[in-house]
Amino acid sequence: MAGTMAGVTPGSYELTHLETLESEAVHIIREVAAEFERPVLLFSGGKDSAVMLHLAAKAFAPARLPFPVMHVDTGHNFPEVIEFRDRTVADLGLRLIVASVQEAIDAGAVVEEGGPRASRNRLQTVPLLDAIAANRFDAVFGGARRDEEKARAKERVFSFRDEFGQWDPKNQRPELWSLYNGRHRRGEHIRVFPLSNWTELDIWQYVAAEGVPLPSIYFAHTRRVFERDGMLLADTPHVTLLDGEEVEERMVRFRTVGDATGTGAVESAAADVRAIIEEIAVTRITERGATRADDRISEAGMEDRKREGYF
Amino acid sequence: MELLRFATAGSVDDGKSTLIGRLLYDSKAIFEDQLEAVERTSLERGDAYTDLALLTDGLRAEREQGITIDVAYRYFATPRRKFIIADTPGHIQYTRNMVTGASTADLALVLLDARNGVVEQSRRHAFLASLLGIPHLVVCVNKMDLVDWSQARFDEIKAEFRSFAMKLDVHDLTFIPVSALHGDNVVERSATMPWYEGSSLLHHLEEVHIASDRNLIDARFPVQYVIRPQAQSSAELHDYRGYAGTVAGGVFKPGDEVAVLPSGLASTVAAIDTADGPVEEAFSPMAVTIRLADDLDVSRGDMICRVRNRPHVGQDLEAMVCWLTAQSELRPGARLAIKHTTRWGRALVKDLQYRLDVNTLHRDEAAPALTLNEIGRVQLRTTVPLFFDEYRRNRTTGSFVLVDEASDNTVGAGIILGPIEVA
Ligand SMILES: Nc1nc2c(ncn2[C@@H]2O[C@H](COP(=O)(O)OP(=O)(O)O)[C@@H](O)[C@H]2O)c(=O)[nH]1
Repeated sequence: MAGTMAGVTPGSYELTHLETLESEAVHIIREVAAEFERPVLLFSGGKDSAVMLHLAAKAFAPARLPFPVMHVDTGHNFPEVIEFRDRTVADLGLRLIVASVQEAIDAGAVVEEGGPRASRNRLQTVPLLDAIAANRFDAVFGGARRDEEKARAKERVFSFRDEFGQWDPKNQRPELWSLYNGRHRRGEHIRVFPLSNWTELDIWQYVAAEGVPLPSIYFAHTRRVFERDGMLLADTPHVTLLDGEEVEERMVRFRTVGDATGTGAVESAAADVRAIIEEIAVTRITERGATRADDRISEAGMEDRKREGYF
Repeated sequence: MELLRFATAGSVDDGKSTLIGRLLYDSKAIFEDQLEAVERTSLERGDAYTDLALLTDGLRAEREQGITIDVAYRYFATPRRKFIIADTPGHIQYTRNMVTGASTADLALVLLDARNGVVEQSRRHAFLASLLGIPHLVVCVNKMDLVDWSQARFDEIKAEFRSFAMKLDVHDLTFIPVSALHGDNVVERSATMPWYEGSSLLHHLEEVHIASDRNLIDARFPVQYVIRPQAQSSAELHDYRGYAGTVAGGVFKPGDEVAVLPSGLASTVAAIDTADGPVEEAFSPMAVTIRLADDLDVSRGDMICRVRNRPHVGQDLEAMVCWLTAQSELRPGARLAIKHTTRWGRALVKDLQYRLDVNTLHRDEAAPALTLNEIGRVQLRTTVPLFFDEYRRNRTTGSFVLVDEASDNTVGAGIILGPIEVA
């Protein structure tokens, strides 16, 4: 018997931090399944959503996940991530819904940004909200963590969204003990964050303890990259090089998985989970600071996007 | 490695943000890019020094007004423990935020300024910590550098705080003289205060014993969700029926004789399952799945307990309620939705016995209502029976929230004192 709960020592009545965090997340996920009619879990193929999906699968074992998963697809993907997404969905026998940014652009619902620094990150909000409305989802699981970003540090585990999908940080419901209030009207929904209390290190320790599968781009590999704004971006068909930018091969890994045009790699030789944990323990830059172009634009970048209904 | 959740409270300018900033910084939980962003903002604002408070003030409104208006959660770890800080604003108008942050805390850290000593706010913070049943209270007497590291001053503050805390339900009270600005007794023991023989703050946070704070006596399992994998083809799973939930108290073991409320029917624990396989025992706060030996009709909102140790079962109870909204008031006659463990019902406010002055503990029996941030003792009648314990015995089965049915907002936090015997 392997896994987090298998390590509990009888008679000690002590839980490790991972056991406590796992129990808290499982409790939250079950609470949603019990109280909502149409939950959905956002699954990007990134490590946080992979851990969240793993926890959700554990919460209902030996039964199957009682809700589908959804990917908001920017169309600018790393092929390794899409391959991982499809494999995971097949292995667990899940229903996958894809909300496509490309389709939203084609339909004229959103307008592609221009210029070499164009990003589809912000464009994800419209297809996400449209898919929530079209499927009448009333609870949407997200893998966001409070340690990621300042605006997230105050977000509730059950976070209310009005009929426009908007978040009002000044008007959040008090959340006490483990008593979550998921009440809402038709057209409104609740974003649910079971990993609120996890840190990046917790995620990796849990990946190690549980053997959670991840896309290969999280581990060190050689890749054609170029430097922009102090970040290493992957050379993909979706980016246009600026004057003076030169592509070269480097040994890198990704700390987050987002739009392939705006997600930076870090130089690293960490080829397995153990090595990554060691690396993180001494890292002095946050994963968003290192690797997300959109968060660097302004101090309040994330708060503004979240108000509009972003993840 | 265990997890310790603690809540911090202090009056404005006592140095709370500086102290948290130092704990985070010295434990390497602050990253260079975060520090750079803070330095940049400080410079733009024309601050005389890099304001570590910016690290803990998240939302734009707070940045603009320069105040903390909500609970912010912070995370750091040492090789010994992982910590979650609920950083709560100290001012009386944010009592509801303090109550929120304190609801899940194992430990409360109350900060005071050595020059000012015990002020009205410190008393309130200590009272709220005891009301919310936080087992450990640490009083950090800060800015010791401004009182010449004086042992006499520290002892004086300690004695004053102690005499007040005697009136409260505080079990474990610790005093630490610190200088958040200079770092004395925060992470390392300070050489400037050789007369202090206790631990540094961080060392205390790492060592304080929390495992026995949980109730390991009264077995309580609120059923959250029924797992029935019928659709699957395997014959073994076809008859699987498990009750998923989070243990709220006591210890469950296979073979235990249990009763299911509200039916009162008895059965035996056949197995305690997790996705990692069966376990030999389950205790709070483990999320598990219990299977019973008998085929009973059990659903969400039911409670599994031991046959000879049951919670109160009833519709009439007495509680301390903290009112959380400015949109309405709590008055006798009010009807609200109530969530208690995994049960929803409606509650009628039968009586407001008194409103408590959170600074003086004076009871105002003439108060007509509770408004935002006010705390009072109320009698409630619920539409469905609840399975509850006194909050001081069990923080999970002893707590509830009240929800306004018109706005769906969470408007009240309840701490159960006990049942009301109705004639
Ligand atoms: N001399 C001295 N000043 C301190 C100490 N701790 C904090 N301060 C100062 O007190 C002021 C208020 O501190 P701050 O952390 O912002 O207080 P908060 O309002 O409680 O968060 C700032 O000017 C700090 O530099 C200390 O131990 N000694």
